[in-house]
Amino acid sequence: MNNVAAVELVNVTKTFGSVVANKNVNMDVRKGEILAILGENGSGKTTLMNMLSGIYHPDEGQIYIDGKEAVISSPKDAFAYKIGMIHQHFKLVDVFTAAENIVLGIDDGKFDPKGISKKVEEISARYGFEIDPTKKIYEMAVSEKQTVEIVKVLYRGADILILDEPTAVLTPQETRKLFAVLRQMREDGKAVIIITHKLHEVLSISDRVAILRKGEHIATVNTAETDETELTELMVGQKVALNIERDEPQGSVDRLTVSHVNCVSREGVKLLDDVSFTAKSGEILGIAGIAGSGQRELLEAIAGLQHLDGGEITYVNPKNGEVVNLRDKNPKQIKELGVRLSFVPEDRLGMGLVGNMDITDNMMLRSYRRGKSMFLDRKRPKNLADEIIKSLQVVTPGTSTPVRRLSGGNVQKVLVGREISSAPSVLMVAYPVRGLDINSSYTIYNLLNTQKRNGVAVIFVGEDLDVLMELCDRIMVIGSGRITGTVDGRSCTKEEIGYLMTKTEKAENEEGGKG
Amino acid sequence: MFEFLSQFIQRSILQGTALLFGSTGEIITEKSGNLNLGIPGIMYMGGICGVIGGFFYQNAAGRSINPVLAILIPLLASLLGSLAASLIYSFLTITLKANQNVTGLALTTFGVGFGNFFGGSLIKLVDSDVPSIALTKIAKVYKTTLPFAEKLADSENIFGKILYWFCQTFLSYGFMVYLAVIIALVAAMVLKKTRVGLHLRAVGENPATADAAGINVTAYKYFATCIGGMIAGLGGLYYVIDYANGVWSNNGFGDRGWLAIALVIFAVWKPNLAILGSYLFGGLYILFNYIDGASMQVIPLLKMLPYVVTIIVLIVVSMRKKKENQPPASLGLSYFREER
Repeated sequence: MNNVAAVELVNVTKTFGSVVANKNVNMDVRKGEILAILGENGSGKTTLMNMLSGIYHPDEGQIYIDGKEAVISSPKDAFAYKIGMIHQHFKLVDVFTAAENIVLGIDDGKFDPKGISKKVEEISARYGFEIDPTKKIYEMAVSEKQTVEIVKVLYRGADILILDEPTAVLTPQETRKLFAVLRQMREDGKAVIIITHKLHEVLSISDRVAILRKGEHIATVNTAETDETELTELMVGQKVALNIERDEPQGSVDRLTVSHVNCVSREGVKLLDDVSFTAKSGEILGIAGIAGSGQRELLEAIAGLQHLDGGEITYVNPKNGEVVNLRDKNPKQIKELGVRLSFVPEDRLGMGLVGNMDITDNMMLRSYRRGKSMFLDRKRPKNLADEIIKSLQVVTPGTSTPVRRLSGGNVQKVLVGREISSAPSVLMVAYPVRGLDINSSYTIYNLLNTQKRNGVAVIFVGEDLDVLMELCDRIMVIGSGRITGTVDGRSCTKEEIGYLMTKTEKAENEEGGKG
Repeated sequence: MFEFLSQFIQRSILQGTALLFGSTGEIITEKSGNLNLGIPGIMYMGGICGVIGGFFYQNAAGRSINPVLAILIPLLASLLGSLAASLIYSFLTITLKANQNVTGLALTTFGVGFGNFFGGSLIKLVDSDVPSIALTKIAKVYKTTLPFAEKLADSENIFGKILYWFCQTFLSYGFMVYLAVIIALVAAMVLKKTRVGLHLRAVGENPATADAAGINVTAYKYFATCIGGMIAGLGGLYYVIDYANGVWSNNGFGDRGWLAIALVIFAVWKPNLAILGSYLFGGLYILFNYIDGASMQVIPLLKMLPYVVTIIVLIVVSMRKKKENQPPASLGLSYFREER
C-alpha cells in the first residue's frame, strides 16, 4: 500500500430540494487500498458515490483525481477519469448478452463481438471470474449479473472501483469469491471503494473505513486499529443496546400446520420438497437458510399465492376454534382469516406497495373493500398512515408523498407497519430489516415481539443468524426447498444452524458433480 | 391464375409500401422507448408537405419538368414537414417529459387537420371542379419504372413469359417501393449489427443503464424519433404521389397510419419482418376487391383483417413469453435522470 491519493473529495455538498444528502464531505481514497464506506440508511453513502460516477453533480466542493481537479458531469466523464461504479441495483439491459452489456457506451471504432468476447475472457481469467459472454442477462443469477457489472467497469480500464452494497444479494460463498477478486484488484494497484452495512465484512476486507452519518463525514479509521464496537458507535452516534428482548411464549397452541407440501417450478425444479411444520400462537418461528432456498415459495404457499403440487395447510381459527384447510381458499379469504404476509423483496418495492401512490393510498390497498358507502373512506387510512409514520419514525415530508420518493428503509417501515396494523393471527415477515439501519431494525423487532405477546403466530424469515438466534423461539432451517432441521432459539449454536443450512447444498453439489 | 396472382401481389405491394414506411419509422422510434402515436398525423403531414412542394414546383415549371427537381422538391418538402412534426413530439415528450400517449394522439389529430386544411386551401387555389388536386406530371416521374424491366419482358417463349410475370410482379414499381425495402433492411442491419443500434436499443430498454454507461439518452431519443418520423412521412408522400397518382383528396390516406402502428407489433419490432408484414397487410386490406359478391356490409369486416392478425400475433407472442419478442422495456416512459 502506498500513500498516493487516487481520489480526494473537498467540501462536497449535495442537496435534493430541502434534504441535505451530503454536507461538507472531505475524504480520500488511495491507490492500492480498499476503503469501506460505512453508514446507516440515508446517511448519504450512495449519493456521495453517485457524484464520483457522474450520476449526480455536487452543488459545492471539489473532486481531485490524481491531484488534479476534476469536473465529472456525466458517467462518460467518470469513465474518462477511470472511475467505475457497480450499482446496488444493477444497471444492465435484460435482453442483451453479457458482452453487449459490457461494451455498452464504449466507442472504440469497429463493433466486433468476437474481439469483445476475447477481451472479456482475458479479464475474467486475470481476476478469477467465471463468465459466459454470450449469455443473456435475464437468464443469469444475481451473482452472475454482478460479475458482468464488475467486468464492465474493468473492461473500461477503471482504476477506481466503487461497489455499492455488493454483498447484499450474495451467499457467503459468493461473497468470499468476490472478496478474493477485490483483493486481487488491490494487488493490481487499483483503488476500491466498498459500501456496506455489514461490520464483519468491513473488518475482513478493508484497509480503512470512512464513516458517514446524516450526510456528514465523521471519521476515517484504519481497519487494523478498530473494532466492531467503535465502528458502531461512530456510525450511529450513540451506543445501541445489542440485546433483543425475548419473552417466554405464553399459552401457545397450534395455529398453522403445514404438512408434506410440495411445489414444483415450471422448469421442473423442486421448490418445496415435502415441507412440514407447525407454527404456534404466541411464539416467533424463525426460518433460516441461504437466499432462494424456498423461503419465498413457502410463504406464498401459505398466503395462497403459490400453486401447490401436494400437501395440506391447515389453520385453526382463533375466534371459533374451527379448523380450515387453506388450500381451498383464495388469497383474499386467507387474508381475511388473519393470515398476513409482509415480504420485503430484494428490490424492496416489488411486492406490496405501489411506488407512485402515497402512503395513505398504500394503506388503502388493504382496506378499500371495507365500508358501505360508494365513496372511499380516506380518513382512517390517513390516521393509520400518520400513526405508522410516528411510531416507526418514517422520514417523509407527509402522508401524501409517493412511496417511491422515500428511501429504502422507510419504504420497508411502511410495508411492515401496514401488515401489523391489521391485527393478524398469523404474521409472516420476510427480510423485514433488509437494508435497514440498526435503530429501525430494533423498532421492527419490538413490533414483532408485541405481536407475539398478543398471541400472534409470527413467522420470521431472516438472513442474519445472530438476529434469528436472539429473536426467535424456534428456528427452522430450510435448504433447497427441504426442511433440514428445527432448533431451539435459546440453546442452539451458530455452527449448528450453519451446518443445517449447508447440509443440502453439499448434497446438491455432489449431484451436480455426477450430472 | 398466374395473371391474377401477379396482379394481387402487385397491388398488395403497392398498398403495403405506405405501411412499410410508417412501420419502419415507428419501429426506430419505439426502439428508443418513444411510443409515437403521432405517426398517422406525421404521415399526413409528410404527404401534404410533399404535395405543397410539388404543387408549387409544377406550377412554376410549367411544361418543362426537370425529373430530378420533380423528385427532390416534393421529397425534401415532405421530409421537412415530418421532421417539424417529429420535433414537436420530441420536444414535448423528451425535453418537457409530457405523457407520450396524449402527445402522440394530439399530434395525430393535429396532423390530419393540418393535411386537410392545406389540402383544402390548395384545392381552393386551383379552383377545381372536384375536391382534389392532381400532380400528374410529378406522379409520372415518381412512377418511372426500371427501364430494362419492360425490355426484358418482350420475348414470346415460356421463359419470357415467366420473366414477364416476374417483372410485372416485382419490378414494375416506382423508386419509392424499393426505397422502402432498402430503408427497412438498412434499419434492421443498423439495429442488430452496429454500435449505434446497440446503444439505441439500450436506451429503449433501460435508459438509466444507458445513461450510466455514458450514452446520451436525450440525443438518441431525439435522433430516433426524428429519423423515424421522417421515414414515416415518406409513407404519406408515397401514398399521394405514387399510389394515388398525385391526387390529393382530403382524408384520402384513411387509417393507414394506425395500420402501420399495428404492423410494428405484428413484426415484433423487427424492420425486416415488417417488409413481409406490410405486404401481407396490404393484401388483406384490399382483399375485398377480390372476393366476389362482397357486399357493403362485408367490406369493413374484411378491412378489419390486418387488426385481427395483429391480435393473433400479440396472443402468440405473449404466450411464448420470449423476452426478445417483447416491446422495448421502457416503451412509453419518460426518462428522469435525478429520480431517486
